Amino acid sequence: MKNLKQSLAVSLWFIFLTFPLMVVKVNTSDKIVQWRWMNILWVGLAIFLLSFVWRHALARKEARQMAAQSGQDDLNKPTRIQAMLEDQKLRTRAMFALLIVALAFPWVFDTYQSTIMISALIYVVLGLGLNITVGLAGLLDLGYVAFFAVGAYSYALLNHHFGLGFWTVLPVGGILSCLFGVILGFPILRLRGDYLAIVTLGFGMIIKVVLENWSDFSFGPSGIANIDKPSLFGLKMDIAASTTYIYYIMIALVILTVIVTGRLKNSRIGRAWIALREDEIACVAMGIDMARTKLSAYALGAFWAGMVGVMFAAKTTFINPASFTFMESAIILSIVVLGGMGSILGVILGAMILILMPEYLRAFSEYRMIIFGAAMVLMMIFRPQGIISNVRQKYQFKGLKEKTENV
Amino acid sequence: MEYFIELFLGGLTRGSIYALIALGYTMVYGIIQLINFAHGEIYMIGAFVAYIVCGVLTIYGFHGVSILIIAGLLAVVYSCAYGYTLEKVAYRPLRNAPRLSPLISAIGMSIFLQNYVLLAQTPDFLPFPALIPDFEFMEPIAHIIGSPELVILVTTLVTMIMLTLLIKYTKIGKAMRATQQDMSMARLVGINVDRVISTTFVIGSALAAIGGVLVASYIGQVNFYIGFLAGVKAFTAAVLGGIGSVPGAVLGGLVLGLTESFAAGYISSDYEDVFAFGLLVLILILRPAGILGRATKQKV
Repeated sequence: MKNLKQSLAVSLWFIFLTFPLMVVKVNTSDKIVQWRWMNILWVGLAIFLLSFVWRHALARKEARQMAAQSGQDDLNKPTRIQAMLEDQKLRTRAMFALLIVALAFPWVFDTYQSTIMISALIYVVLGLGLNITVGLAGLLDLGYVAFFAVGAYSYALLNHHFGLGFWTVLPVGGILSCLFGVILGFPILRLRGDYLAIVTLGFGMIIKVVLENWSDFSFGPSGIANIDKPSLFGLKMDIAASTTYIYYIMIALVILTVIVTGRLKNSRIGRAWIALREDEIACVAMGIDMARTKLSAYALGAFWAGMVGVMFAAKTTFINPASFTFMESAIILSIVVLGGMGSILGVILGAMILILMPEYLRAFSEYRMIIFGAAMVLMMIFRPQGIISNVRQKYQFKGLKEKTENV
Repeated sequence: MEYFIELFLGGLTRGSIYALIALGYTMVYGIIQLINFAHGEIYMIGAFVAYIVCGVLTIYGFHGVSILIIAGLLAVVYSCAYGYTLEKVAYRPLRNAPRLSPLISAIGMSIFLQNYVLLAQTPDFLPFPALIPDFEFMEPIAHIIGSPELVILVTTLVTMIMLTLLIKYTKIGKAMRATQQDMSMARLVGINVDRVISTTFVIGSALAAIGGVLVASYIGQVNFYIGFLAGVKAFTAAVLGGIGSVPGAVLGGLVLGLTESFAAGYISSDYEDVFAFGLLVLILILRPAGILGRATKQKV
């Protein structure tokens, strides 16, 4: 009964809150006011039901926290998915199957599907790159798309002016945006969390403004067209063949990224990043060079964005500043957050879900961003570790246990 | 010289708007160390509500100043309600979470509110009526400073004096200062910290709504996206002045407004935003705590 009353009050409050924006719509030029009364009903009903779910979920979360505090609930116990991930045999088999599916994809489905898959894979690499900066090192970067732009424009411009090919520019784009990462990294090394976020955001916007206005350099808002597609020993390819070709390059790039970031995560520098994320002061006290660690996180994160930026320019053959807005940065960030910060599999899954879902649910595409926003909030409140939470590598010394048992 | 004065006053007007929005950021940050990314959206919602109320009232035959007052009041009321709800839904459950969590939640909320207005209303730019009338006594100096600018400057000044008085002399102001200094200590002496935080959000939202209505009527259009850039600029202003400090936010807003105005007037208006962020980076390198901010030692 109390719950019912509470939910009623909440839904009344939200009806009041959404009234002017949801119900009234004015057209000042024709002097017409449109009253959409039905919306009240929907808002009221939806909020009424949601408030029950909300309260239940919050209560559950609190109960779990309490249990964790008193030590009853074993937080360290791996969940079923984590246990499955730990299983070596299963893992190799799953990976093998996945690889076959990925390789067969362009032959089973048509060119359109491959094109969609390519853009999803581009976001996978972007997500994995940002995962280094945000997920592992804990440096919130809101201007990540700037590095993507650096890569894309370096290919477009080098190709336009000097006729350089895709394969030459691929590493160049990566290195250039790596350099940008270091240049940006230097002044903001001393800044902490939130300041960092705002400066990176500013950097993202500066790059976009410069690209839009410095027409002699970047051809302004009209962008650069007719960028060469990647070549294969000078073979002439039709659209379908070249899409398949790009698809395979993307698959290779994803595999490379997964291997490199996976190795980095458990390396000396990767552990330094994680330590930095957990506690900066303690980390410095343990003798970790903060400047170098932070810079390397920035530079390596930017490197992947630059590479995949080259890829993006080669795939679309046309780029302009409109592709590099803050919204893109926000999408990449939500991929990392929703997938699970620090977890490679989570980020891949997150990118697939967030990019493929709106493609196949065309009817809902206008609701995409609002769902993104809501999902980010809900995820932070109810499942801050993401879809698949990051598992730290554990090292076990097996010999000791046996010995002690024998004694 | 006249051009200089014109730019100066233009910068001052713009800066005072930044300052109004920046105050909301800085007050919230001072208390819970959170960049309220959705604050710009509160500002946008204020402007939008004012637009809708104006439209309805004009069609039903109201005139002049009465519209301005009703629209302004409703905009403030609604912004406060949104600010209050925002805090309750998106930030309160994350009070004890790691610091990145509420920040991401705030970005999510910002995206959500933008698209909510986009879907509920329209993605187009809407013409906002010029609510501020031209005063007759302003005629002789109208070529230097117009009536809207004067109204913006005066309103900002009055609002800030009121805010200062509120923080300095009222009970809730005292509670806010105490919470800012030490939250758990404030709780020990019987301050309802949750209520203080809610009040802070409400006050910040009210200031943002005032800024929103003034800007919308000054520039003459509203759109679901206006909050984002305004929010980022205002946050830049807050950081410039030293985040957490109320006079710092005002100073930061004015410095930012003047910089932009002079840069646009003397160098190039295309690169306005570049100068704003360039200034931010420069100040943060030289003085990481901002102009008026105190550098706090972080304890382990």
